Amino acid sequence: MKAWLENNRHSLGLAVKRMADAPIASLFSILVIGIALSLPAGSYVALDNAGRLAGKLSPKPEISLFLKADLSQDQGRRLTQRIASLTDVAKARFVSRDEGLKHLQDAGLSNLTAGLDENPLPDVIIVTAKDSDAKAMERLAEQLNTLPGIDHLLMDSDWVRRLAALLDFGRDLVWLLAGLLGLALAAITGNTIRLQIYAAREEIEVSRLIGATNRFIRRPFLYFGVLQGLLGGLLGWLLTSGGIYVLEGSLARLALAWNGRIDLHGLGPAEGAILLGLSALLGLIGAFLAVSHSLRRML
Amino acid sequence: MIEFSDVVKRYPGGHEALSGVNLTITRGEMVFLTGHSGAGKSTLLKLIAAIERPTSGIITVSGQNLSRIRRSALPYFRRNIGLIFQDHKLLYDRSVYDNVLLPLHIQGMTGHDAGKRVRAALDKVGLLNKERARPITLSGGEQQRLCIARAIVSRPPLLLADEPTANLDEDYARDLMDMFKAFNQVGVTVILASHNQDMIRRYGGRTIALANGRVAP
Ligand SMILES: Nc1ncnc2c1ncn2[C@@H]1O[C@H](COP(=O)(O)OP(=O)(O)OP(=O)(O)O)[C@@H](O)[C@H]1O
Ligand SMILES: [Mg+2]
Repeated sequence: MKAWLENNRHSLGLAVKRMADAPIASLFSILVIGIALSLPAGSYVALDNAGRLAGKLSPKPEISLFLKADLSQDQGRRLTQRIASLTDVAKARFVSRDEGLKHLQDAGLSNLTAGLDENPLPDVIIVTAKDSDAKAMERLAEQLNTLPGIDHLLMDSDWVRRLAALLDFGRDLVWLLAGLLGLALAAITGNTIRLQIYAAREEIEVSRLIGATNRFIRRPFLYFGVLQGLLGGLLGWLLTSGGIYVLEGSLARLALAWNGRIDLHGLGPAEGAILLGLSALLGLIGAFLAVSHSLRRML
Repeated sequence: MIEFSDVVKRYPGGHEALSGVNLTITRGEMVFLTGHSGAGKSTLLKLIAAIERPTSGIITVSGQNLSRIRRSALPYFRRNIGLIFQDHKLLYDRSVYDNVLLPLHIQGMTGHDAGKRVRAALDKVGLLNKERARPITLSGGEQQRLCIARAIVSRPPLLLADEPTANLDEDYARDLMDMFKAFNQVGVTVILASHNQDMIRRYGGRTIALANGRVAP
């Protein structure tokens, strides 16, 4: 146990030494890994923020039914009662074209209709659904659409749904990106390790001649891979946070222009830990493959 | 302890370094391996240490058939052999001390005990005052002795030395030979390749003469 610990301490020391012996090459690899990681991490952060923003815009479970112009007010009111009695409907309110016009005028938009001698607005029924969930709304809308006398209907939630679908697509894209760049990371690590092995081939040969197991020879290189992955991950984290810091100012000004406020969220500690864990793991895998391959060839 | 039967070693390229070698070396023997340059001395030692594999024939070392030994068992097999190479094979990027520590480290021995053993080995070859030095700063003879210290530090039961006295002057060569003799007296099997006939005559152990890849009668 003690020997095992000592061995690992020594392997780690050796890995650090090998890294320090080629500072430019190490720095370069770490930089490449960091940038490769900051791409999916940055996209993840952007999506996360967009998702939070979308979450704040909770749609009202309302559907507006625009009635056909040839329907009389009475017919409209009767239709409203009929709709109100449907099981999925919480409330249905009839807004006549005159009321609609009055609303417009109250809102100071009377000049919109000033030039017209006839009221251009249709009668409207505003339906509130019992269930605000997107699927239930969809079902209700379909049901309402089959009723006679309805010209067309409008749902508040339409564009929110579209945004959610877009975000889903973005998330898939981030995973794809992360997968590809993870592969690249393992390849980069494998390549640096290959060079390391080449530089240490004499040491490996001698160690083998005096009874070193493959495990013994492999260990410092695995540490090297993990270390390089961790440092690259750390750099990726820093780059992502730096990007947020740079963008925060201009985004806040943009939000202010829209009378809004944006709180940007960076990578949290848990997400950062996952990033570091994954980059270390990929470094380990890359190193393991490279060493195993080289050792087999050196025999 | 060591048995060769009809061992042939042909190197890639077709050169036959050993052609049909039969020999037996028992535990605790001290054996000189002689022969002209290119006779196959180094090849024979490499076969014993399983650094090279025979083209045909059977080699048994400590009851293990070396043609059948599993690759994963090789490291543990080698730990029982102290190897002194013709070309030293020292690691020039670490100190004299660390070079000698390497076999112990490989066997999982660390700390105070290992340090004591390393110093004892260095003391035996007269390099204790150079433990911090780099091997590159040592003379040829000192490098040879460093190689010996590394071979004996883990106290293996079998010592294989390829031209251990080649780079040494008379006095040091005699010191070293006395050392090998001393190891042999405490039970270590020692096999030395050398073409220094004077030396061999003086120490008068068993001699196996190789000529053109065969054991001379
Ligand atoms: N790795 C190799 N590949 C091809 N041929 C080799 C190899 N090693 C040795 N040989 C050949 O095998 C023959 C025996 O070589 P070996 O090194 O065993 O001789 P030796 O008796 O140790 O000679 P010396 O006294 O010069 O060290 C030589 O002709 C040599 O050229
Ligand atoms: Mg030789």
